[in-house]
Amino acid sequence: MSSSKVNIIRFVLNDEPVEVLVPPTEILLNTLRERVNVKSIRYGCGEGSCGACTVLVDGKPRLSCLTLTISVDGRDVTTVEGLSKDGELHPIQKAFIEHNAAQCGYCTPGFILLLKALLDRNPNPSRDEVIDSLSSNLCRCTGYKNILEAAMSVVRRR
Amino acid sequence: MMELSTIGKPVPNFYAQSHATGQTQYVDDVSFPGMLWAKAFRSPVPRGRIKRIDYQKALNVPGVVSVLTSKDVPNNLTVDLFMIGVGPPDEPVLAEEYVNYIGEPICLVVAKDQYAAQKGAERIEADIEELEPLLDPEEALRPGAPIIKSWGHNAFIYGSGTDGATPPGGQGRPYFQVKRGDVERAFQSADHVIKGEYVMHPQEHAPIETHVCVAKPEPDGRLTIYSSSQAPYFVRSNVANVLKMQESKIRVISLNVGGGFGGKVDPDIEQLTALAALKTNRPVKWRWTREEEFTVSTVRAGTKVYLEDAVSRDGLILGRKGRLIHDAGAYSKTSPYGVIKATVNLSGPYRIPSAYYQGYCVYTNKQPSSAMRGYGAYESTFAVELHMERIAKSIGIDSWEFRFKNAYRRGDVSVTGKVMEDAYLIEVMKEAARLANLRLPEHLLLMSSER
Repeated sequence: MSSSKVNIIRFVLNDEPVEVLVPPTEILLNTLRERVNVKSIRYGCGEGSCGACTVLVDGKPRLSCLTLTISVDGRDVTTVEGLSKDGELHPIQKAFIEHNAAQCGYCTPGFILLLKALLDRNPNPSRDEVIDSLSSNLCRCTGYKNILEAAMSVVRRR
Repeated sequence: MMELSTIGKPVPNFYAQSHATGQTQYVDDVSFPGMLWAKAFRSPVPRGRIKRIDYQKALNVPGVVSVLTSKDVPNNLTVDLFMIGVGPPDEPVLAEEYVNYIGEPICLVVAKDQYAAQKGAERIEADIEELEPLLDPEEALRPGAPIIKSWGHNAFIYGSGTDGATPPGGQGRPYFQVKRGDVERAFQSADHVIKGEYVMHPQEHAPIETHVCVAKPEPDGRLTIYSSSQAPYFVRSNVANVLKMQESKIRVISLNVGGGFGGKVDPDIEQLTALAALKTNRPVKWRWTREEEFTVSTVRAGTKVYLEDAVSRDGLILGRKGRLIHDAGAYSKTSPYGVIKATVNLSGPYRIPSAYYQGYCVYTNKQPSSAMRGYGAYESTFAVELHMERIAKSIGIDSWEFRFKNAYRRGDVSVTGKVMEDAYLIEVMKEAARLANLRLPEHLLLMSSER
């Protein structure tokens, strides 16, 4: 906000150090989209209901619309841009493409990050555990069947 | 069976790669140096008369650049379908003397960022005399109901040249009418008369991407509009009409739409964003909040349908009377057209030799309804199929059998006089039953849509 008080916040974004100057009330969604130019996290509701703004903070899913930027000082932030390495897509990304798990694509990065956090924590989750972990995010186009199929194909491949 | 090369085979989504890497571009990603943000001040009441608006305190908020009112709009009264002759224009871009639904835009605050725009909108003071709202479309049709439309009736007038379908000069009536055959005689000769009432609630599209628009004035006097619209040409005509600009001076760029489902057909966000850009001579962005998406974006119309069928002893429909009441909300948008579609669809996919249908497009003090996935046909289908079940049950016939008997066959004529050259309902029902592992009786399986 137009407060004159600003803080210098340093964090690691997709393995690169970032330094931003932000007012104390600024949310991470706006910092990433408007100051750091990361557009893959998206505004859907601004109140923690839809999950389109999901990021990983120290590997755990966080809603960037409810996260103050000052709270990620010194932390490790991951967005979907950080998943592919040297042009090679992450297996979860490949699975989403193979299984047509995106129609409009607006919610897709959030779902991919949720799944990454789950598989990093539990490499062999059950179908119910996958459903449970994806249930925080909303999709309005494809329905959830293809998203779940993509997710389960990654689990089976492990 | 012939091997099909395309039908039944998945086709990869053209955008799959960019979706999975987060690189797909949406309107919210568009940004320009010096870009301003817009925020609406909206009506807090469902119906009222505006006595005074004080926006001086909004202008005093640091960062607020401008506050627009109806006086700033070159052509403030509009109707979405003016291009096909629908009128009269009944919707103000910004409210003038009256407000007709909660959330109707009254002023637009334009500021250097979204925070200042929000603060500006919060500082606007409005003195609005609250009037008794019309909330039920059937109440709105009763004699003595308060009238909220300038033409003296709470329903759209069809047949007077203002519906985009009839020549001007006709007398007009407050409903759309479809007639075929002698429906009274069908009811006299019927063995059964079955009535039903069916109500469908309004529905919100709820796309994950809310409405968003960026408008940018170009140095040569042209205007570029980046829009989340599903209907960019619709946006261009409507913005040109409201701003009194030539269409050729407006360029609409449609990026990926983050879900629309019909809810991003109406040009609600683009008209005002474009105006703000012209007034301030700066690029302007307007993004609706989730709350706005739910409370002021269009919905599928709440609809009430009365059906009454004349049916013979052996289960043939001889005639049908239908009365459909479509809740347009406060303004027309695309509702006059949606009601035509709903009314002609009251026969469903069935052979109904005589019919009399009336479709009412009724105005109430609620958020306007408009397009949503097959609107019109969908609301009728809901009522018609429930009615088919009710008839079958009340005359003691299996509902599959009842549908097979009354399904369109090749050569049948619809209520509007269309000859059914490609009738396939019987074949579709047989296949549906097979997929559902339901065994139909032999005599139904022997039926076909060939006469």
